[in-house]
Amino acid sequence: MSDLAPALSLTGSASFGDEPVFRDIRLKVEAGQWTCLLGASGVGKSTILKIFAGLSDELTLKGMAAASNGQLKGRVTLLAQDDMLLPWLTVQQNVLLGARLRGERPDIIRSEEILSKVGLSGKAKSKPRTLSGGQRQRVALARTLMEDRPVVLLDEPFSALDALTRARMQDLSAALLVDRTVLLVTHDPSEAARLGHAIKVMTSSGIEDFAPPNGTVPRPYDDIDVLKTQAHLYSRLSRPT
Amino acid sequence: MKNLTAVLASALVALAVWQIVVSATGLPRFILPGPSLVGQTVWDNRMLLAEHALITISEVLAGLVLGAIIGALSAVLLAASSLARTFVGPILVFSQAIPVFALAPILTLWFGYGLGSKIAMALLIIYFPVTSSFFDALMRSNRDWLDHARIMGASPARIMWHIRIPAALPGLASGLRLAAVYAPIGAIIGEWVGASKGLGYLMLLANGRAKTDLMFAALIVLAVFTIFLRAAIDKLANKIVD
Repeated sequence: MSDLAPALSLTGSASFGDEPVFRDIRLKVEAGQWTCLLGASGVGKSTILKIFAGLSDELTLKGMAAASNGQLKGRVTLLAQDDMLLPWLTVQQNVLLGARLRGERPDIIRSEEILSKVGLSGKAKSKPRTLSGGQRQRVALARTLMEDRPVVLLDEPFSALDALTRARMQDLSAALLVDRTVLLVTHDPSEAARLGHAIKVMTSSGIEDFAPPNGTVPRPYDDIDVLKTQAHLYSRLSRPT
Repeated sequence: MKNLTAVLASALVALAVWQIVVSATGLPRFILPGPSLVGQTVWDNRMLLAEHALITISEVLAGLVLGAIIGALSAVLLAASSLARTFVGPILVFSQAIPVFALAPILTLWFGYGLGSKIAMALLIIYFPVTSSFFDALMRSNRDWLDHARIMGASPARIMWHIRIPAALPGLASGLRLAAVYAPIGAIIGEWVGASKGLGYLMLLANGRAKTDLMFAALIVLAVFTIFLRAAIDKLANKIVD
């Protein structure tokens, strides 16, 4: 990654037409770290990702979304719960989709390196429909890595996976997305406790910081501190405001 | 294979019923000729039928290819440009209020008695089904894919080419399946209105001379061709979709 990972900030209120999504929030995402944003459904977490991704055409933002060094456009990539693999392309073609869409020369060699990093070398020529859910999500992760952007937005990317596959995907992502500015939106307290350098809880009354457990990311899921944080997060989330 | 056996079996039953009706009622052959007589007529007139079938088949295939290309291009243009949707869309809808059959005499006037007017007829009759089914599919693109492509820095043209069009091919395929059935109707109508060749023309000619068996023979040839055309398009459509 040649581009230095920026810190992100978002302040203000957003609405869809007359319908407010969130009011007066203040979010800071540290550079080169994982920030986990937790909250109930409908509180506006995904909207925040949309704003950072530049997909907020239909949204009115009264406030500002910015990166600490330069602009955000072209420096962001998104990995969502839906893997968004194109079914008519092979795994490798999906990984190289960005180059295809920008009319650039595809870097075949790098795509092969990345596929081997996510453990899918043997599947390069397969179609996505032949893969399991976990494998598909690894292809999506490979596509994200291929884009090589300093800011990575994760929108509940592991929530559709079974527990074991999810833990593996978390480890893999933490290892491969190191040194990037990662904003992970999730409603899974255990995920936040394992992965967040910073943990933030979003409710209708705003965003508050939550102390992360000790230890380096990804933290073990059976660590007592991780489990305690997880429990605290559960009780915090069960209060609506 | 099982499917084919079933088709053959039902065809045999239909032929048997037809023959029994003819034999039992004693209808004269110029009202309803039996299948054996029609079969004999097909064989006796095979050169004549082949000559005229070749004309009709060329009209249908040319109309089908042109209609599919023009229809697909229109759909992409409409999907790509809201300006085109605003201005061309209503014209297209209005044009559908005109029965294509009613245009046949005008087309004959414009394009003459040759292949041109029949190709135009086949083209017109399939244009709308191809355009509308492909267009609908293009407008139903997966929103997340499009957003994701924008994050990756894709231009609208590349999004169209690499995502919206491939994703909408099943829609095009169902339009083409309809087209395979409609195109022969267009060509035959064109021939009825004014032609000197083709199966439609042959049917009119045979009718005028009370050669009902030859009419049926031409009809059978046309039906067999349409079935094969449909099967071929179906194969092509499945290939597109895969």
